Amino acid sequence: MNTAVEICGVSFKNPVMDASGTFGSGQEYGAFVDLNRLGAVVTKGVANVPWQGNPTPRVCETPSGMMNAIGLQNPGVEVFLERDLPYLRQFDTNVIVNVCGHSLEEYLDVVDRLAGEKDISFLEINVSCPNVKEGGIAFGTDPGKLEDITRNIKAHAGQPIIVKLSPNVTSISDMARAAEAGGADAISLINTLTAMKIDIYKRRFALANRTGGLSGPAIRPVAVRMVYEASHAVNIPVIGMGGIANGEDAVEFLMAGASAVAVGMYNFHEPTAMLQVIEGIEEFMRKTGTEDVKELIGAV
Amino acid sequence: MRTENARIIDIRKLAENVFGILFEAAMAGEAGPGQFVMVRPHSDSRLLMRPISICDLDSERRLLRLVFRVAGKGTEEFSRARVGDHYSIMGPLGNGFPLEAAAGKSHIALMGGGIGAPPLLNLLRMLRRRADRGDISARISVYLGYRSMEDGLFLKDEFEPLANVVVSTDDGSAGVKGTALDGLSQAGTAPDLIYACGPLPMLSAIRKYASKEGIDAYISLEERMACGVGACLGCMVKTTKEDHHSHVKLSRICTEGPVFLSRDVEI
Ligand SMILES: Cc1cc2nc3c(=O)[nH]c(=O)nc-3n(C[C@H](O)[C@H](O)[C@H](O)COP(=O)(O)OP(=O)(O)OC[C@H]3O[C@@H](n4cnc5c(N)ncnc54)[C@H](O)[C@@H]3O)c2cc1C
Ligand SMILES: Cc1cc2nc3c(=O)[nH]c(=O)nc-3n(C[C@H](O)[C@H](O)[C@H](O)COP(=O)(O)O)c2cc1C
Ligand code: FES
Repeated sequence: MNTAVEICGVSFKNPVMDASGTFGSGQEYGAFVDLNRLGAVVTKGVANVPWQGNPTPRVCETPSGMMNAIGLQNPGVEVFLERDLPYLRQFDTNVIVNVCGHSLEEYLDVVDRLAGEKDISFLEINVSCPNVKEGGIAFGTDPGKLEDITRNIKAHAGQPIIVKLSPNVTSISDMARAAEAGGADAISLINTLTAMKIDIYKRRFALANRTGGLSGPAIRPVAVRMVYEASHAVNIPVIGMGGIANGEDAVEFLMAGASAVAVGMYNFHEPTAMLQVIEGIEEFMRKTGTEDVKELIGAV
Repeated sequence: MRTENARIIDIRKLAENVFGILFEAAMAGEAGPGQFVMVRPHSDSRLLMRPISICDLDSERRLLRLVFRVAGKGTEEFSRARVGDHYSIMGPLGNGFPLEAAAGKSHIALMGGGIGAPPLLNLLRMLRRRADRGDISARISVYLGYRSMEDGLFLKDEFEPLANVVVSTDDGSAGVKGTALDGLSQAGTAPDLIYACGPLPMLSAIRKYASKEGIDAYISLEERMACGVGACLGCMVKTTKEDHHSHVKLSRICTEGPVFLSRDVEI
């Protein structure tokens, strides 16, 4: 049984990784997950300088999911290079660095700073975070801007780039095509869906930011549909995510056209969720007599 | 830190909407006062684990006691649990009350407001143990603030054999009228160390008091949590200095906390 996949010539021992921002730098879940077992570790968004993020409350629970408005708090690329990358280097897995910024210049600062790092397999460009005011989302909802920023980043990047798409658009296919036209090596989706929750007894928004990004099993059917549409619109590999909780969910994304999958909020529910997803995919393959996981990709 | 499927060996109602659950859990052997656990509801639609402080521990018999108030759907589910039920719990988490801070002190005040009282019970036990060994010589007083007599003075009976307990109630129906801090003011003796857990306004008042008196106060904070292990950055509190992990003036309550030296946080 073969669970390995290949994306842009980089081999992954299995198609499972964490979704950015839900797994810290990998170290926080060290007691629960042996990072050697993962196809890749995706970092929290990294900016050129430390970011404060949004006021609290930043998270709240919603039916079969949650909302967050962390606001991309992060300690900046220098701390990432000094502290987090050396930690991740110890493991036999791919390192994918999620990159965020308020402007093209800020993205390029990070991309340039990371360009020489051989231990980074991919950069994942977050053009889709809904929680930062001037931020990524402006690039992530306009196909023209998305193509531009992708092209600019690609020209500077020392690693292949994955453009992470926002689901908060009318046509995900247009966005996927724009990323491909700009030179993206792969795309990932979906980021969170912009949402709102009101505490009716307190007459207040549940999150200090008023709106937040919805994630978890509640968004899974939307995510599957978008992964299907995006993967049919482009010829570059797709990494699928949105509410994956077990192996069967992961197989659904693979069949929709994803070459690999990421597990996000479910890590909070079950710290070993990714290991269960890996085992669940293997069990599915055994049960259905699937020899190679690649047979599942785009199988519908 | 671990997750385990822990068995309930006792559950009882302590007051209106306040329950105590006793788990058989190996993590009891690793926990200290003021740390917390995340308890996962069984419900398929409530996916986030609930942070609950460790109220009491028996590290040898591996028993872990949680005391909680029904505040919503998750805690309501926990309140309906029965002996023999299992819950997935993760812990012990965070940095609890530092016992070393008690060395050389002469009067220690433990201050609990409402459902903030539970974690002080194990703290008191641990301080007593140190006092018995002669490691600390301070007088220890406990100030417990409740809503009203009617609401129930839960855990008071369990603190009483271990220390002098001063009760206060918001409505004056038992003890001093006012908060735990009013109880402390009325007692007339100034502590040189405070450990506290309770609602934010009470902790803010204690922070001011400690700063005015020039003493150390360790306060246990709450915030909405998703991961409980420092990964999501949901549970931040503003700090007076740059935090070593975040590199901004924010600390993770689940990891650097939940207990902070009051002068280190902006609340
Ligand atoms: C470190 C820490 C220790 C705690 N210790 C105790 C304790 O010993 N006893 C006790 O009764 N309560 C304690 N709490 C508060 C307890 O976590 C909440 O009352 C509980 O999560 C409410 O869950 P629910 O499903 O009943 O409410 P719901 O309102 O249905 O919960 C919805 C979401 O909001 C979160 N939430 C709601 N209220 C709070 C709150 N006050 N703090 C943090 N998250 C909240 C829930 O965890 C859940 O994710 C503690 C909180 C923290 C952060
Ligand atoms: C708390 C939290 C923080 C997140 N932070 C980031 C981030 O920094 N960068 C990013 O590209 N996506 C971020 N995301 C989005 C996830 O990576 C993922 O796209 C989304 O949550 C959908 O997957 P899920 O339903 O499995 O969580 C975050 C999500 C959550 C819940
Ligand atoms: S709850 Fe996730 S960082 Fe504290």
